[in-house]
Amino acid sequence: MSDLLKRTPLEAAHVELGAKLVPFAGWYMPVQYTAILDEHSAVRNKAGVFDISHMGQFLVSGEGSLEWLNKMLANNVAKLGIGEGQYTFLLNESGGVIDDLIIYRTGADDFFLVVNASMIDEDLAWFLQHKPESVELRNESEAWAGMAVQGPESSAVFAAVCPGETLPPRNGISKTADGSIVCRTGYTGEDGFEFFSSAESGGDYLKKFVAAGAKPCGLGCRDSLRLEMCYPLNGNDLSPERTPIEAGLGFFVDMEKGDFIGRETLAKQKAEGPATKLVALMYTDKGAPPRAHYTVLSTDGEEIGELSSGVHSPSLGTGIGLAYLPSVYSKLGTEVRIDVRGRQFPAKVVKKPFYKPTTKA
Amino acid sequence: MNVPADLRFNTSHEWVRLEGDIATVGISDHAQEELTDVVFVELPAVGRAVDAGDPTAVVESVKAASDIYAPIGGEVVEVNPEVEADPSLVNTDPYGKGWIFKLKVKSASDVEGLLSPEAYIAQIS
Repeated sequence: MSDLLKRTPLEAAHVELGAKLVPFAGWYMPVQYTAILDEHSAVRNKAGVFDISHMGQFLVSGEGSLEWLNKMLANNVAKLGIGEGQYTFLLNESGGVIDDLIIYRTGADDFFLVVNASMIDEDLAWFLQHKPESVELRNESEAWAGMAVQGPESSAVFAAVCPGETLPPRNGISKTADGSIVCRTGYTGEDGFEFFSSAESGGDYLKKFVAAGAKPCGLGCRDSLRLEMCYPLNGNDLSPERTPIEAGLGFFVDMEKGDFIGRETLAKQKAEGPATKLVALMYTDKGAPPRAHYTVLSTDGEEIGELSSGVHSPSLGTGIGLAYLPSVYSKLGTEVRIDVRGRQFPAKVVKKPFYKPTTKA
Repeated sequence: MNVPADLRFNTSHEWVRLEGDIATVGISDHAQEELTDVVFVELPAVGRAVDAGDPTAVVESVKAASDIYAPIGGEVVEVNPEVEADPSLVNTDPYGKGWIFKLKVKSASDVEGLLSPEAYIAQIS
């Protein structure tokens, strides 16, 4: 079994730092170092570092790259100045989400894309199927190690590890003297950066970030951190059957920029209002931690959907989750029930995000 | 590793303390360390009859929900309301305040079939 799992270039460094590595989405990754609550709190209050080497990196370049990417992606690539990044979606013909990703512009016709680990092959196939000859697309996922350093003290960690270098502004991208890529982005809601180095130097960087004060964190708390922010997880909260409009992420779709794959469905949903919406649910009392696939019921006991994600929020000390519900149940304050092993816990629809970070770049 | 000498253990990491015909059940220090932060404990109904191996309680961490099995057969006569109010007791005091339920056992000799502390240490080492 473990032979089939992909290995992170940081594995030796993880073991040295005391991680518990387990199979995770086809990868052998640390899910926790010590405990999820500790690691979660380190990111919210100080700084933590995650291995994100499993994520994919594509480089797009060549004449017509911008125009082509603007047809492939839902957000407006033309709005990016050189050195800037944006969150966007790769959609299928019916507007469903193939993947959510961040695209950075590194030159007039040069782009750096960071995609989800589990979607590298599928994204690549979709891009190549539509790609004109003049545009070059390279999958560099194997070549890069990735680390996300996140938390209010992340800038200090960066200054200690990369003296003389400057962090790019929020959502920006820059390159260090040794060719590493630094992106001022993340998946936790806190200030922080994502750092991509050569696979060979990844382990050294991980140890340097830890020595500079970032607590090594597993992917377990990355999930609780992102869910507190209502950041969607592809495969859970996003799928080829759901559009960004239903997911409440229309802000990252530009309907004015001209045609793009999936636009027709999105325009219709925008005009008519989507039939279902991804809502944020929070327990109104103590209860068993909500988890993905638990049934959501109306107060009348009717099944109205299921959780796409759920967790015991370490910051709030209560159960939180996301669910696609018929729009009639999407109004803030709407009361619902979440079924956990036959027991029903009351919850209500709340405003996104669940948690507001105290610091932000 | 904390494995008290006066307890018996289940291969699925529950401990048992037998006093007369009452067996107190909790999870081992090793189990709480593996599960990490316990954030919820689901207790069984008092009066429920269980057989050895029946899922009887649920302990949940941020990461996952884990069934707690009855190490021996009996009737649930008491549950620990303190772990319901403060689930972290399972982490901080697994053999004391973190106990989960008490069984009135059918046959006290059933305990003999459970692991001795030495055998349990061998299992988790």
